[in-house]
Amino acid sequence: MTTTLGTSNATVDPRVQAVGMQQAGGKSPASPGRAVRSVAGRIALWTLLTGFALAFLYPFLWLISASFKPRGEVFDNSLIPKTFSPQNYAEVWDKLPLLNWMGNSILIAVLAAGLVTLSSSVVAFGFAYFKFPGRDLLFGLVLATMMLPGAVTLIPTYLIWNNLGMIGTTVPLWGANLFGSAFYIFLQRQFFLGLPRELFEAARVDGASYWGMFWRIAVPLSIPSFIIVFIFEFQASWNNLQAPLIYLNFGAVENFTVPLGISYAMTAFSPGNGGQGDYQWVMVAALIVTMPMLILFAAGQRYFIEGIATQGRKG
Amino acid sequence: MSNLKALPIVPIEPAGTVEREKRSGRGKGPKPPKVRIKYNRREAVAGYLFILPWVLGFLVFTLGAMIYSLVISFSDYDLATDTATPIGLENYTNLIDDPKVMLALGNTLFYAIMAVPLEIAFALFLAMLLNRVGRGAGLFRTLYYLPKMTPSVAAASVFLLLLNGNYGAINRGLAAIGIQGPQWLTDPNWVKPSIVLMTLWSVSGTMIIFLAALKNVPVDLYEVASLDGAGKVRQFFSITVPMISGTIFFNVLVLTIAALQVFDQAFLLFWRNQTNASPESSLFYAVYLFQQAFRNFNFGFAAAMAWLIFLIIMIITVIQVKFGNRFVYYEGDRK
Repeated sequence: MTTTLGTSNATVDPRVQAVGMQQAGGKSPASPGRAVRSVAGRIALWTLLTGFALAFLYPFLWLISASFKPRGEVFDNSLIPKTFSPQNYAEVWDKLPLLNWMGNSILIAVLAAGLVTLSSSVVAFGFAYFKFPGRDLLFGLVLATMMLPGAVTLIPTYLIWNNLGMIGTTVPLWGANLFGSAFYIFLQRQFFLGLPRELFEAARVDGASYWGMFWRIAVPLSIPSFIIVFIFEFQASWNNLQAPLIYLNFGAVENFTVPLGISYAMTAFSPGNGGQGDYQWVMVAALIVTMPMLILFAAGQRYFIEGIATQGRKG
Repeated sequence: MSNLKALPIVPIEPAGTVEREKRSGRGKGPKPPKVRIKYNRREAVAGYLFILPWVLGFLVFTLGAMIYSLVISFSDYDLATDTATPIGLENYTNLIDDPKVMLALGNTLFYAIMAVPLEIAFALFLAMLLNRVGRGAGLFRTLYYLPKMTPSVAAASVFLLLLNGNYGAINRGLAAIGIQGPQWLTDPNWVKPSIVLMTLWSVSGTMIIFLAALKNVPVDLYEVASLDGAGKVRQFFSITVPMISGTIFFNVLVLTIAALQVFDQAFLLFWRNQTNASPESSLFYAVYLFQQAFRNFNFGFAAAMAWLIFLIIMIITVIQVKFGNRFVYYEGDRK
């Protein structure tokens, strides 16, 4: 455990710290004193927990099952398909340009997440390490921007990209990430504040530049916070519906992102629009776009949990 | 990866807090002596250079965009020629005259009032269950979190079929226990509960925040209380709620702001298709704003709509903060 001797001068409540470590460790057992001990209580508790788990999982199970059903049986609601139709998985690639959509989405998500991780950490280091006039005021402004509803800047942002001739390209979906993002700046600043300041003083004495202090000391020590920011933004970008609707929703279907594409497929296949109600392909597509997120979560669960918990702590 | 153990838990003190408290005169204790901080010039310049990306982004995409948005809201904007002709308050008067704006606003407020308390109650309930289970909590937490990882399009495409009034699994399930399920997606009275249901399904982010807060409540408080004969219900209201009141307050704020801007679910379930005649009770504010801006290219009108919802969000937040400060219990002396 790194001792927290950062620039922050308030003391750390040891209990908070202990709990924090527990949380960071991932599978934290609940505080033993609060666990239910009586047999009846434990049975009730586990019944409730299992019941909710089934309720949360049911849409997934339904989705997986429907993706293996032929068209006529999608709605029969049995979790085990009567007719097993794995050819859905072969056909969907012909019906929808899923590979293009996934390629576009991955490219955008990697650019968006990579850029925002770098830019936010640079800015965060500026706020965490240096003293300069107006710093606290500016950081307050960073936090304040988190309150601003996206709708207010939606149209001017569109016009900015329009004037730059970027409508119809993917640039508006990641370009603004060059400038950092408030929540990530907050999160990484917290992390940098926890690094022992002595490390940086020592590096100064050894003649390191300010950039060297950031790049060679702060960055290598902050990989966990980099991962948190990267996977959060990757997820946000992968799931984003509104921005592609605004910037890509015309021209060739191949240029869509996955969410935009599936939204398009939901309409195209629905019987009300001249489709045949071929929902089995929509289900396959929905499952295919969800998989990367589930893998991401499986790989980085503890980072997600830590990131979310940090969100709560800023309050 | 064990290096996560090194995640430092630093005191959460937004940099501006001290400053704010001083100005609002709420900070207690003697006035700190005025000290002129000496800044190292080189260090200050380096600091400004490090935060430069954010400053540029703020000037263009936040401050610049806000001013531009305000100008557009008082103009008739023509996208073809990229010109804004000032028309005074016309967009705002049109806004008030447009029954759909008020309808969408009403729908959105109604949804928020229904969704937020349910989300808080459900998330807190789940967090308390997880907090009591001891071994196995990690597994359930993972399972409960999965909906949060599901892209909204995937969730909507499944719920569109699950909620189908005639064939959907939810109504089939209700029929099995003798309940005639509603037409979730076409009955004007049931479209908002449909969206609330989807929102509750992915409530786990809020749950995680509550879980973290519950783990900070000292166990000995409960032990003392139960020695004193306090029952579970009493313990919940006298210990748990006050000890996590800050977190409840935070979640209410965040969820309210999110609810007032809900877009994805309403758009995907009801307004994907431009020709589709969905029930008017499913027209949410963000959806109508989107339609006005990017279907009709009524930029002036849409910008005015954006400022109206911004104002409403501000007012609601201020009321919540005023009200919240009364009952939020902060350990220690602060606030």
